[in-house]
Amino acid sequence: MAKVVVVTSGKGGVGKTTTTAAMGAALANLGQKVVVIDFDVGLRNLDLMMGAERRVVYDLINVIQGVAKLPQALIRDKRIDTLALLPASQTRDKDALTEEGVRRVITALRQMFDWVICDSPAGIERGATLAMRFADTAIIVTNPEVSSVRDSDRIIGLLDAKTLKAERGERVDKHLLITRYDQPRAARGEMLTIDDVLEILSTPLLGIIPESEEVLRASNLGSPITLNNPNSGAARAYFDAARRLMGEDIAMTVPVEKVGLFGKLFGRRAA
Amino acid sequence: MNLFSLFRRPSSAPVARDRLQILLAQDRTGQGFSDLLRVLREDILAVVRRHMDIDFDRVNVQVGHGEKLSMLEIAVEIPDGFQAPRRASRRKRTPVPARRRG
Repeated sequence: MAKVVVVTSGKGGVGKTTTTAAMGAALANLGQKVVVIDFDVGLRNLDLMMGAERRVVYDLINVIQGVAKLPQALIRDKRIDTLALLPASQTRDKDALTEEGVRRVITALRQMFDWVICDSPAGIERGATLAMRFADTAIIVTNPEVSSVRDSDRIIGLLDAKTLKAERGERVDKHLLITRYDQPRAARGEMLTIDDVLEILSTPLLGIIPESEEVLRASNLGSPITLNNPNSGAARAYFDAARRLMGEDIAMTVPVEKVGLFGKLFGRRAA
Repeated sequence: MNLFSLFRRPSSAPVARDRLQILLAQDRTGQGFSDLLRVLREDILAVVRRHMDIDFDRVNVQVGHGEKLSMLEIAVEIPDGFQAPRRASRRKRTPVPARRRG
């Protein structure tokens, strides 16, 4: 039975798209059939993170409006053949995203894949509520920072009220993914700790992604970090999170970046 | 206190945690309130409309948060020149128990 996952946060710039690409690639690498969908109509970026921006012909809106068939719009990943992308439209016509259309597309994708991962736009408007509408599971991406935590709290409220599951009296399975975590700064009292965030949001933790220069590098190259540098601390943290999502019991650690002697001598600190 | 603590800035994370805890407590009750206010507004409107013809946007219900107490404020605007119906038992016109905002 396929699982529909929404990657959401409320606040922009916390790492939703990076997480969608990294988790999608990690799950596919673990042998799962995965499709990632971009819900950010007008500001699509998931195609860039996946390195597929030049292969976009049809998009989600085209499928909803019947201009293209679903298999025509799906872009199969060139690196992993069990991974596919359904891009968002770059036009500004957001009203084309209808609840009925999204329901039809997700129902069809459930038959074709093990995981349907919906990359939500920032905010709490139509795009964001439709991205979460049919979700079984939610990954709430949060930075250890006040505005991000506040917005996550708001999104958790929406997940408990505005999703189809919530309206049926069921519950969306919610998981917190803390990204851009800087362990040394948290230890020095300069950053909210994992315990602080968990206590405030009281939502189970899926993973802790350390702040890493490798994330920008992967984005520059158009390759999900879990494919581009699977040994980096961030990629290992994403792989752990993917395994937990699949139900494996894995101890919660913050994988650290391995720095060689050369890096220690000449490496620059992340800003 | 040791020598190093003289050079170290006080940690900011505990401040962030405390601010968030207070803020989210407000946010969460705020959302509950806004739902309550919507229901209250509709109920009040229904009662008032039994007696006089007023517009839907003429009822204003809000909660003001003060330092020591919060105040539920209900303001109903009535149309100009409105006269309450005379009651059979009394000759005198009864004043309309409504107050204007402000």
